[in-house]
Amino acid sequence: MTDLDWMHAALAGARPRAVGALLRYFRDLDTAEEAFQEASLRALTHWPRQGPPRDPAAWLILVGRNVALDAGRRSRRETPLPPDEVLSDLDDAEAALTERLDESHYRDDILRLLFICCHPDLPATQQIALALRIVSGLSVRRIARAFLVGETAMEQRITRAKARVAQARVPFEAPGPVERAERVAAVAAMLYLVFNEGYSADRESSPARAPLCDEAIRLGRLLLRLFPAEPEIMGLVALMLLQHARAAARFSPDGSVVLLDAQDRRLWDGRMIAEGLALLDKAMRHRAPGPYQVQAAIAALHARSPAAEETDWAQIDRLYATLEIMQGSPVVTLNRAVAVAKLRGPAEALALIEPLAPRLSGYFYFFGVKGALLSQLGRSDEARTAFDRAIALATTAAEAAHIRQHLDRLRG
Amino acid sequence: MLYAILCYHAEEVVGSWSREEDAAVMEKLAVVQERLARDGRLGPVARLLPTTAATTLRKDREPGIVLDGPFAETKEQLLGFYVVECENLEQALDTARELGRANPGGAYEIRPIAYFQPGGGTP
Repeated sequence: MTDLDWMHAALAGARPRAVGALLRYFRDLDTAEEAFQEASLRALTHWPRQGPPRDPAAWLILVGRNVALDAGRRSRRETPLPPDEVLSDLDDAEAALTERLDESHYRDDILRLLFICCHPDLPATQQIALALRIVSGLSVRRIARAFLVGETAMEQRITRAKARVAQARVPFEAPGPVERAERVAAVAAMLYLVFNEGYSADRESSPARAPLCDEAIRLGRLLLRLFPAEPEIMGLVALMLLQHARAAARFSPDGSVVLLDAQDRRLWDGRMIAEGLALLDKAMRHRAPGPYQVQAAIAALHARSPAAEETDWAQIDRLYATLEIMQGSPVVTLNRAVAVAKLRGPAEALALIEPLAPRLSGYFYFFGVKGALLSQLGRSDEARTAFDRAIALATTAAEAAHIRQHLDRLRG
Repeated sequence: MLYAILCYHAEEVVGSWSREEDAAVMEKLAVVQERLARDGRLGPVARLLPTTAATTLRKDREPGIVLDGPFAETKEQLLGFYVVECENLEQALDTARELGRANPGGAYEIRPIAYFQPGGGTP
């Protein structure tokens, strides 16, 4: 790793805390971002000469604040800037002071920064784009590529999102316990959106999108460091790790989807699975189950199973039943039907999903599962109709290719 | 004498490495480890999962209290360790410097080992 790589990692690592603190000082997202940008540029020239500071975030906060204050002064009246060296030559005492000042705030600073991105007024796509831009510091070009839109369109989307956030006036006082818990929950949901945006990619778009999964996991770990005793945050990070661990096995070389049953489990990432299982273990000790923990527990049963045939479908069925009570939705029932089919056969599973038809009439997976169940029951004509409908609803080439394999099997 | 080389690093920095950067560091470290192993000086090596996976048992009262997270909330966290046979502190420092060239940033604590039980089987 070169010095430059190290500095980029240090800047990325320090970013949420530094931008969060600068946002509290300036109460304006653009000013905070510009101050961080300017401080980062100075870091790139100062750190190689003077060695990296022990606390990069504290350095960036102090320099960013000075630079932005100076820029403000300069624009008000044309006073000359102090020389660069004076401005940002921090001795240890000063750095230690900033550190102390910020220690009490930084948890709420980072939470506020994350929370701003998931304001309820913002549609999901804007939340994701804003989080990737502001918290992760991804370039507009990279975000645009991940969403398969042009750079200008993405720039506009982010600008609109920022304007909405500014109007929303998120309070800058430290939140009370109830409000803090609400923020943590909103941020968790937003991180899972970011994750799913990366996870739902097909093979062609996955080089641009897979980093979104890594980023969501990184921010999830950050949130967990801030709130180390929150079982649902442990569950969320565990869920993301256990799902993302399968990344290398999810697509065949020709780009079509490989379902869990057929995946080569040797391609699963052992380190991510170990971390996911460890977090789930920790979460369960709290005896405060929630939807993320239950979903992580389902993913863990797959991860723990050495082969698809050895999957504990009875336990998965029970966990989906729990999830239906906690956070019922037609999609949860649809997922449960897969376990029911394994346990008690396709007829019972079909009976479970048929009432969902009105609500899932535009959902690709509904017709994929329905088609598979019908073909298992030997009802080939109906299966073909369901698969045709699935292909019409497929959003990626990989999904369509997967259904076509089903259709080929019906013919053969 | 046996030394523990304890690896401290800012977790947010290490966590911001890309997969490629992480793999490149591990590869460079493997070269150093292989040579130490050839010289018969390398004991156990461990890389720890992130501190978010850690649990702390406070045992200064009965019953002990289980806390989520690492023992110490510090800027740089314990992320791994090596056990290496070294003739003296100089050689231990040389070894640490060599590992440090493969994995810059952070700090190594070099700590002589008082009692070492390598364990019977492989876990």
